[in-house]
Amino acid sequence: MAGEKNVGLVLLDFWVSPFGQRCRIALAEKGLPYEYVEENIMAVKSDRLLRSNPVYKHIPVLLHDGRTITESLIILQHLDQVFPDTRPLLPADPYERAHARFWADYVDKKVYGSGSKMYTEPQMQTNIEMVDILKTLERELGEKEFFGGEHGFGFVDVALIPFTAWFESFDRYSFKKKSFDRYWGVKVAEVAPKLVSWAARCQERESVSNSLYSPEKVYDFAGMMRKDFGIE
Amino acid sequence: MEKAAAENSVAPLKLLGSWASSYTHRVQLALRLKGLEFEYAEEDLGSKSEALLRHNPVYKKVPVLVLPDGRALAESAVILHYLDDAFPAARQLLPADPFDRAVARFWCHFSDDKLGPAVGAVFASTGEEQEAAVRQVHDNLALLEAELREGAFKGRRFFGGDEVGFLDVVLGCGSYWLAVFEEVTGVQLVDAEAFPLFHAWLRDFEAQEEVRETIPSVDRLLDYARGLRQMLLAMAGGAGAGAPADAPTAAPPSAAPPAPATADIAVDI
Repeated sequence: MAGEKNVGLVLLDFWVSPFGQRCRIALAEKGLPYEYVEENIMAVKSDRLLRSNPVYKHIPVLLHDGRTITESLIILQHLDQVFPDTRPLLPADPYERAHARFWADYVDKKVYGSGSKMYTEPQMQTNIEMVDILKTLERELGEKEFFGGEHGFGFVDVALIPFTAWFESFDRYSFKKKSFDRYWGVKVAEVAPKLVSWAARCQERESVSNSLYSPEKVYDFAGMMRKDFGIE
Repeated sequence: MEKAAAENSVAPLKLLGSWASSYTHRVQLALRLKGLEFEYAEEDLGSKSEALLRHNPVYKKVPVLVLPDGRALAESAVILHYLDDAFPAARQLLPADPFDRAVARFWCHFSDDKLGPAVGAVFASTGEEQEAAVRQVHDNLALLEAELREGAFKGRRFFGGDEVGFLDVVLGCGSYWLAVFEEVTGVQLVDAEAFPLFHAWLRDFEAQEEVRETIPSVDRLLDYARGLRQMLLAMAGGAGAGAPADAPTAAPPSAAPPAPATADIAVDI
């Protein structure tokens, strides 16, 4: 995304990564120009990626004037701090900021933690966990338009929205019978209807719709990953 | 040194914690470093208080910081950030420079994501499994050592610079377990020759007044660790024992109070 004013931002990313998408959404919300670099992490990782993130060797990585920032939530906070004249993701009030950090961390720990098990674990346990997680998020959202509440579309919304494209994968994979006599489907729309409406509202924002891929594409990707892990 | 008064002079901050929890220590230490008054309430993790369950319904864990207006915050790193934000006149723990902040946050994430669990794994295992975990710990410490030697923290006495900061609190409150685990398991974790800078940092950290006020005595820690080790090995010997951190819903009915405690304390570094 060539910009009029070069603020020296380069994002090393991978198209379907929800963590990378968080960064893309944030940069778009802030109207910040940056160079997007697709890293083919399924193949051999580039020297630049390995140099910029030697500890984890994963994307996203933000290069800002040549210095590296890794971990999507850290990147988001960095952008808030160094570009104070852009739309902030975190609210100003200390308690509200902490509340937002807590819930973004919850997404990392739980949504990603449980969802990524779809590649490797027996279906039933994952589904039970996921129902619980979705209900918890539903409760937290409550009647708010966005998780950011009065602040509007914010830190937690950005943290969570990329994972919604994976909901369909949760739905579909959860109906597959494995070696159990019973199966336990997760119908997100039944478990967390407010969350579904929230996701649709987020999709109305250009920053989001331009950054996310269709659930179909994600489902195909997830299927490929499951094959790689020898699940099907 | 004059201590900054708490900005909320109405009612003090209240901390729900557990004496052996590194996460609790992080918050206690942060409050002390900032000169903020607080009330402390010890939680019996085998029988959690109504207040804890109400204030942290999501994780039901310590530490929880209860504010004067009754609102509460959980997750130690979240609380540490909050204390900086809410008390700007008090000593700040996070560095001011945005790049330094990103680095500090990264290594905090690393500590909770990699180093802590690796140390926990050493403590909960034996034999080959333990050897693999020890190698993990060494690999992780080597990364920190490299940052101290020639990377982001080169030439610094503490990760925060001349004074203890956010990352010192995060890494330090937990690193004291290393010597304790070494004693209890007979495994060497922090070799002063292999990790001279980390070793020196830890020594300097533990010598700080506020740190000495916060970390329990070695005897208490050893006692606790011995009991925990016995129980973990017994659980590992039994059926379906997972890593302690996953244990909350699977705690065997015959388990003594420490069983749920391991999940909450999740000894980290």
